[in-house]
Amino acid sequence: MALTLLRGMRTPISFRSNSGLLFTVLRPRLSRFTTRAESAQATEPKAAPKSIQLATKEAAEQKTQGFEAVIGIETHVQLSTVTKAFCSCPYNYGSQPNSTICPTCMGHPGALPVLNEKVVECAVKLGLALNCEISMISKFDRKQYFYPDLPKGYQISQFDIPIAKKGYVNLDLPVEFGGGHRKFGITRVHMEEDAGKLLHSESRSYSQVDLNRAGVPLLEIVSEPDMRTGIEAAEYGAELQRIVRYLGVSNGNMQEGSLRCDVNVSVRPVGQSEFGTKVEIKNMNSFSEINRAIDYEISRQIMLHKEGQADQIVQETRLWDESSQKTFTMRKKEGLADYRYFPEPDLPEVVLSTDYIDEISKSMPELPEAKRRRYENMGLSMQDVLFLANDDNVAHFFDSTLEHGADAKLACNWIMGDIAAYLKNEKLSINETKLTPLELSELIESIKNGTISGKIGKEILVELIAKGGTVKGVIEEKDLVQIADPAAIEAMVDKVIADNPKQLEQYRAGKTKLQGFFAGQVMKASKGKANPVLLNKILGEKLNAN
Amino acid sequence: MPPPLQAHRLLISHRRLPTPARRRFTAVSSVQSAPATTLAPGPATSSILSIRESLLSGERTAVDITSEYLSRLRRTEPSVRSFIHVADAAAEREAEELDRRIASGEKDAVGPLAGVLVGVKDNLCTANMPSTGGSRILDGYRPAYDATAVRRLREAGAIVVGKTNLDEFGMGSTTEGSAFQVTTNPWDDSRVPGGSSGGSASAVSARQCVVSLGSDTGGSVRQPASFCGVVGLKPTYGRVSRFGLMAYASSLDVVGCFGSSVFDTATILSVVAGHDKMDSTSSSQDVPDYASELVSLDSLESKPLNGVRIGIIQETLGEGVDTGVVSSIKGAASHLERLGSVVEEVSLPSFSLGLPAYYILASSEASSNLSRYDGIRYGRQVSADDLNEVYGESRANGLGHEVKMRILMGTYALSAGYYDAYYKRAQQVRTLVKESFKDALERYDILVSPAAPSAAYKIGEKINDPLAMYAGDIMTVNVNLAGLPALVVPCGFVEGGAAGLPVGLQMIGSPFSEGNLLRVGHIFEQTLQNFSFVPPLLAEH
Repeated sequence: MALTLLRGMRTPISFRSNSGLLFTVLRPRLSRFTTRAESAQATEPKAAPKSIQLATKEAAEQKTQGFEAVIGIETHVQLSTVTKAFCSCPYNYGSQPNSTICPTCMGHPGALPVLNEKVVECAVKLGLALNCEISMISKFDRKQYFYPDLPKGYQISQFDIPIAKKGYVNLDLPVEFGGGHRKFGITRVHMEEDAGKLLHSESRSYSQVDLNRAGVPLLEIVSEPDMRTGIEAAEYGAELQRIVRYLGVSNGNMQEGSLRCDVNVSVRPVGQSEFGTKVEIKNMNSFSEINRAIDYEISRQIMLHKEGQADQIVQETRLWDESSQKTFTMRKKEGLADYRYFPEPDLPEVVLSTDYIDEISKSMPELPEAKRRRYENMGLSMQDVLFLANDDNVAHFFDSTLEHGADAKLACNWIMGDIAAYLKNEKLSINETKLTPLELSELIESIKNGTISGKIGKEILVELIAKGGTVKGVIEEKDLVQIADPAAIEAMVDKVIADNPKQLEQYRAGKTKLQGFFAGQVMKASKGKANPVLLNKILGEKLNAN
Repeated sequence: MPPPLQAHRLLISHRRLPTPARRRFTAVSSVQSAPATTLAPGPATSSILSIRESLLSGERTAVDITSEYLSRLRRTEPSVRSFIHVADAAAEREAEELDRRIASGEKDAVGPLAGVLVGVKDNLCTANMPSTGGSRILDGYRPAYDATAVRRLREAGAIVVGKTNLDEFGMGSTTEGSAFQVTTNPWDDSRVPGGSSGGSASAVSARQCVVSLGSDTGGSVRQPASFCGVVGLKPTYGRVSRFGLMAYASSLDVVGCFGSSVFDTATILSVVAGHDKMDSTSSSQDVPDYASELVSLDSLESKPLNGVRIGIIQETLGEGVDTGVVSSIKGAASHLERLGSVVEEVSLPSFSLGLPAYYILASSEASSNLSRYDGIRYGRQVSADDLNEVYGESRANGLGHEVKMRILMGTYALSAGYYDAYYKRAQQVRTLVKESFKDALERYDILVSPAAPSAAYKIGEKINDPLAMYAGDIMTVNVNLAGLPALVVPCGFVEGGAAGLPVGLQMIGSPFSEGNLLRVGHIFEQTLQNFSFVPPLLAEH
């Protein structure tokens, strides 16, 4: 059966018209990512959340001259489950169009959805990680609209009973952006399926539909409108990315569309409790773009307010254009779209037991926030803490190094310094190198106990990252053990002094800076292995002897 | 000249059966000596058993049996028009293959439905045949897979002889709503066979196939069974997988079965029922061997229904129900009493609320389920200059009037601002209906009613009066709202046509009580005297 199926479907399903189809023209009615509930939010006045920190508020007021921005974010996270949400097709980004499809995800007559349990597990994990209330009974609903990338004419989603709601996320802003701790509310997390993709022909005379992505599971995370600046919003997105990666539910890759943020921005005079008119911004492919797009949009809206043209701010969707660093109108909202939600009759309710949730709860890894607090308690600076905790792999490497007995500050310095520099240079991630946490801890120990100098340590590190092996092995192989025998050093010092009578004369005439020259010569003679403290002590004694 | 109906072969004794059945079915042994060319009055017999027996004994080949049915099909089809697609060549091939296997001694490999010709309603997907749902928009569409019910039939050895006609996507009560043809009632070719599974009912009635599959969303198996004088079963919601059934109203749709006897109907239910991992609304309740639990006529006690409590639904015998139908049902009730059961009238106060609630819920779900017929991925597409026009024109051309009307009604009922007044309210009514059935079924084992307020009416009679047609569903829709099983067994006749028109008795039970319904239905059928439900169309030859 599968073979017949694929034979008929491997060629992209083409969608022709007589004289040019412009899908952009047709998009207006198809705002896919707003729900009735969310749209209602915009019109209902709501008190400002208490969590706004005074420091940013003041800073923002200065910059924005009496206005305040209100930002909420809808994030779609594509789950990295083995199969799609409602059928057993796999999904691999970038595979041949229409190569991973079946009657169910193509919306063929008679085909039915069957829920992939992993989707629920991922949703519960994320819900718990975002400190949400988990709905013990939730259900799926159909969100209905017509578009060629939506095979069934409806998207299976969740409407009035999301799997998780009323949560929050804690984060620490980067030090270079002024730092500070933030807590942002999460309105809800719900499960839904992704749509396919349209591929437009160059002539735009026809479009083709690729349904590989249709039916891939998504979690939509809706934030409270708690953010006030671009960097807060970007860091909120980055924190979600960290969380989904820590949990292993998604690769969180923005370029591949595994993590997509739609941002709602409005502006109001400071002190006003009602929201201003909100504008939706899409098409940001990195957190830095989110930051810049929002800051641009805030200043655009404030400008209009100041010029007395606040009525020019209308409910619309704007696209961020990275090349001009501006937002542009994509479409104006023509009233509220009616998606005619109703309960999905093909799927039973999702009923969870407390045992199930406890089980998942127990299996949760340490999350970024807990990790940051733990590192902070080790006495590391916030800059160090963020660097280590921002990347799950780095944090894991760091923790393992400590488990082997290394000192936290020293391990952190090595990771943030030489190791990070090497990785950046080679465009590698820490788990792609041959260096193991055990060897890093050995390296730190070897320096600490004087077996090698710090300088030699750096050389050994490069060796270990690139080629692997053990610290001991490299030291032996390259004969790098530090020379700490005073007699041996004295002999080298004597030889260098004897070889450089002219410099000795100058030194003794008062040019004491030349001690550095002598030290360098001795170090060179020892091939860098001489213990520097001992060397300087003996050298000083010798030079000043008389 | 096509050969006449070989009734003697259909009426073969079951005594010579091998022993797999726990209780041997010997009900019709008494008619063994009936004249071969007469369709004598007497209890309906199992065609499946006689086919199985003659295959296993070597008395007949699958090719013989198949050609008998096919020749009758060819003879009757010009007037009945049950089939949208007849797969006669494939059926003959499969029969030959079966004979080869039997000849080579593979008797164990002969499935329980080996050599049994089945008709499949055209809204059930079949991998090697067109599947249109009776709609222009799927003209020429060939699914990539078999519906689970069809797959299970084939795995049991059944031969799919063709795809039967229906009201487009199951929306209608006469089969006049097919985009392709009008099916007639084998009892009177000026009358409708009922619907929407009209083709499946008429095909069994005219013995064009042994048994058939239909679907029942609001009565689409039971009403045509009543109109055509055959046995029709609407199983409990979830008893049979809906995978491969083109969805009309997902929360109401059930795949059902038709047979010319309760025994045959029970046999195919055992084959198609059961959990399916492709349908998460299918039940994992165990599937009994329904047919083996049927008690044969000659081992029946004098009062076989002793202790059975039967409630006859008051609201179904009142105004608007044909007097002939009422007296048939009352006669059936007396018969049930004579068999030992206690029959009492019972009132279901929410009965009349079901019809409007049904039409709101079914239309709402239909408006969503039919969105996939957009001309983009399969089916008919009308080329146009812009996307909305492609959608609009493809659907305007591809979908019929009744379907469009229901999509519009459903779209309206689900619209913002109307949802609470219509959809939500109808769901509340549905809960009431469920509860009132539950109450009544705590006091009675079985509830009975007519399957339709009238016998088959004239073609064209209600075609321009949709409300009158909808009103005809009053007897059946409540059962779908409550998700209950119901069996329709022919119980009598009213005047009309050349030989009278059949009337069916609807028997409703608690969820998953199909076994009990079939048991009682079988006793009722086997003990019913003086009626033959073989249509005159066949007796003429």
